[in-house]
Amino acid sequence: MSAGEIQVAINSDQDIVSARQKGRQMATELGFSSGDATLIATAISELARNIVAYAQKGQVTLKMVNGLNRRGISVVATDAGPGIPDIRQALRDGFSTSGSLGLGLPGVRRLMDEFEIISQPGRGTTVAVKKWRQ
Amino acid sequence: MEVPILKQGAVLIATFQAALSDADLNQLRMGLVQQVVKFRSRAVIVDVTAMDVMDSFASRTLREIAHMIRLRGAETVIVGIQPEVAFAMVQLGLTLEGVATALDLEEGLAYLNEKFKTAN
Repeated sequence: MSAGEIQVAINSDQDIVSARQKGRQMATELGFSSGDATLIATAISELARNIVAYAQKGQVTLKMVNGLNRRGISVVATDAGPGIPDIRQALRDGFSTSGSLGLGLPGVRRLMDEFEIISQPGRGTTVAVKKWRQ
Repeated sequence: MEVPILKQGAVLIATFQAALSDADLNQLRMGLVQQVVKFRSRAVIVDVTAMDVMDSFASRTLREIAHMIRLRGAETVIVGIQPEVAFAMVQLGLTLEGVATALDLEEGLAYLNEKFKTAN
């Protein structure tokens, strides 16, 4: 039961499925409930989807993390795409959610416990999220 | 992975067998709309029991399927959304507004029977 670190290259819609399946598997191995594993898999699906939609390619890194008396999973989605010009707007609900052009970032933030985003126009975007085991 | 579509009288039943890629979902949308026309179906049931994750693309595609089929004068029922998947959808802010849902295939068929009975 070694969780280690898994990198998934994201180049197509098939990779979205494979990234979220690997994430679910790692979450289950780390002892997350099946409900939490679904939340994590859904967040990974949205993050990988953003890569395919906005940057065409990138990668998702899944890693076990240890906190104070707790264990969790870290998901980092990185791309070298166009970047997000207005992060504040991208994090606002309604700009994203179920609409056709949304980034789904506020939703991903709600699914996970920690959320960080770094984006530079023209250089790419990195979204790092974590969820701790209950 | 292609989604098999079964014809059961005036109802088409599409059952997800595994996690679907965007391409699979697009193919399902085309296939269902074409078959509704071909068989003059009155209703479609999409069974998503085996679906691991319902993200923004999947829920948008299901909404689109239901709306297209309604334009053909037929009804769509989504059945089998798992509790965990429903929880994640709500957290993500996704809705299937205007689309009928039911617990499982049996309930979906019962819903349609009831609906057709009142319509006749």
